[in-house]
Amino acid sequence: MSKLLEFLNVTKVYTSGSFFSKPTSTTALSNLSLTLNENEPTILTVAGESGSGKTTLAMLLLGFINPTSGQIIYKGQDISTLKGEDRITFRREVQAVFQDPFGVFNPFYPVDHLLSVPIKRFNLAKSKTEARDKMVEALTAVGLHPQDILGRFPHQLSGGQRQRINVARALLLQPKLLVADEPVSMVDASLRANILETLRTLQTNYGVSIIYITHDLTTAYHIAKSIIVLYRGSVMEAGDVDDVIKHPQHPYTQLLIDSIPWPDLSRRWGETEIKARESESSDIITGCRFYSRCPFAMEECTQTPPLYRLSEHQAAGCYLFKQNPTIEPGQLSELLPV
Amino acid sequence: MDPVLRIINLQVSYYTDAGRATALDGVSLELNPVEKLGLVGESGSGKSTMALAMMRMIKPPGRIEGGQVIVGGTDLTALSEEEMLKARLSKIAYIPQGAMNSLNPVMRIGAQMMDAIFAHDKSISKDESTEMSMQALESVDLKRSVFRMYPHELSGGMKQRVCIAIGILLKPQVIIADEPTSALDVVTQRQVMETIDKVQAQIGAAVILIGHDMGLMAQFVDKVAVMYTGQLTELSTVKDMFTNPMHPYAKALIHSLPNLENKGVFQGIPGLAPALLRLPSGCTFHPRCEHVMEICKSQRPKYQRLADGRYVSCHLFTDNA
Repeated sequence: MSKLLEFLNVTKVYTSGSFFSKPTSTTALSNLSLTLNENEPTILTVAGESGSGKTTLAMLLLGFINPTSGQIIYKGQDISTLKGEDRITFRREVQAVFQDPFGVFNPFYPVDHLLSVPIKRFNLAKSKTEARDKMVEALTAVGLHPQDILGRFPHQLSGGQRQRINVARALLLQPKLLVADEPVSMVDASLRANILETLRTLQTNYGVSIIYITHDLTTAYHIAKSIIVLYRGSVMEAGDVDDVIKHPQHPYTQLLIDSIPWPDLSRRWGETEIKARESESSDIITGCRFYSRCPFAMEECTQTPPLYRLSEHQAAGCYLFKQNPTIEPGQLSELLPV
Repeated sequence: MDPVLRIINLQVSYYTDAGRATALDGVSLELNPVEKLGLVGESGSGKSTMALAMMRMIKPPGRIEGGQVIVGGTDLTALSEEEMLKARLSKIAYIPQGAMNSLNPVMRIGAQMMDAIFAHDKSISKDESTEMSMQALESVDLKRSVFRMYPHELSGGMKQRVCIAIGILLKPQVIIADEPTSALDVVTQRQVMETIDKVQAQIGAAVILIGHDMGLMAQFVDKVAVMYTGQLTELSTVKDMFTNPMHPYAKALIHSLPNLENKGVFQGIPGLAPALLRLPSGCTFHPRCEHVMEICKSQRPKYQRLADGRYVSCHLFTDNA
């Protein structure tokens, strides 16, 4: 089984501060290992609140920034060393859909521009008619009517339509991997369903693996197979999305799930108490990242906890489960069902 | 109990180059003290316009065309500009979307709060207004030390709570919160909503929560009003709305919600919300409605009270009124 993408002990540290002041560093992602296989398209959710390192993960994956340590391997090659032909292939096969469906369009061009540029860049079509056929096909695949879309300007379309054009653009390039960074957070609730449905069709019908980055665990639950919960760059809990969301074990995941406002009157939120977050800039190097807010904080939590295996498809990085066997960070992917 | 807020037939239009767009088309509702109303709808349905109209903050090319907003017996639409300035914050407070970005970055939090107090009453002493501000900060669970801080020293959730503190400084009777948590993550969101809940009970204000997150509505409000193309389609208690929505649009909205039982089932609402400049004839929802009848295409349904106390505007329920 060949590997599509591999994260090998990837760490990203941001340092700030000028020559004169003491530099401060923030670990945005700490020692993450992850593998996605080529012939098992899956949807993996990376969840966490703001500042948890979700977007850093997306940026690393797309090769926009380089990891501080560790390697990101795409089809056997480190993506930071890709050159020439290989780099273009990588750019085509790994696509992204970003949060803001308003920001990615150039208001001076009709929306066709967003679709025709990649066709030209990657030489996907030999003639104008072929290019147009491809655009029509991609738009139809995401559930839009091409005659309503082509030739229109961005301001004439709704947020949901624009976001689906983004998905269509990604689809046009027949990617192997799609990084969706909060694709529905700026879209109306009634249109979210359509976009999520589109993403899922991509996975089932076109065999695209999707990394779905979000803070919204409700949509994560509906679309994904597996989930990784991050908090300040560390993995708190990971596993099958059903297990993690229905039976969260880590105190942080419990807090997150308990804070979801479910549209369900019999399920009230707010069972667990919220501890205020300490200053954002301070970065405790050692110990559990959740220590200062955890209701169960113990003495040993000042040491970084390993991941403890709770069941076949669930693990939590918390000393509350120290009677369970530990797993190496590199084995994280084994927990995640595809 | 007398309602603290009465909106009667409020109308707002925007005059654009392409014609007149009716953003708010005869909205009426009542709200009792300490009641919490959720106002939901897709973007462009007129939610924010309604908030701005209640505050009389509609800017040209928009105009309030008619109707009344009565807060505690005072008709806000009849006040002079000067009186309206005083009424804002002391009678009716508005926490806009992304309020946390409205704090002045070069002024301390305390100075900004005292500014608001002095704008309404110059006779208050400095010590007194400091104490008022400190108490407001405490009531939103912030430390008194925040008074001396600058906005950049606070996290997003804390800034949002500062804005709530400013909103309740003069103990208004009505608080309008326009998507107060849309930029925050779930944990902070819960914290902010719990704060609003607490302070509104303390000062006995009515709250209008604007948003499109039905989950948040289910957890927070007492009544839900659903807006579509500038009109109210249904107003009922949160229990009725979630267990038995009546208007087809409200029904579709409720059924499009993800929950834990129906994993993987996505049900959107077919079609798109119409542009305000080209509204369909009759009931504006009829092109997307699955129960559409002949009458819906020509005649606009009345917004009327049903036997069980809820309000619906749909021809399906005309007989029950």
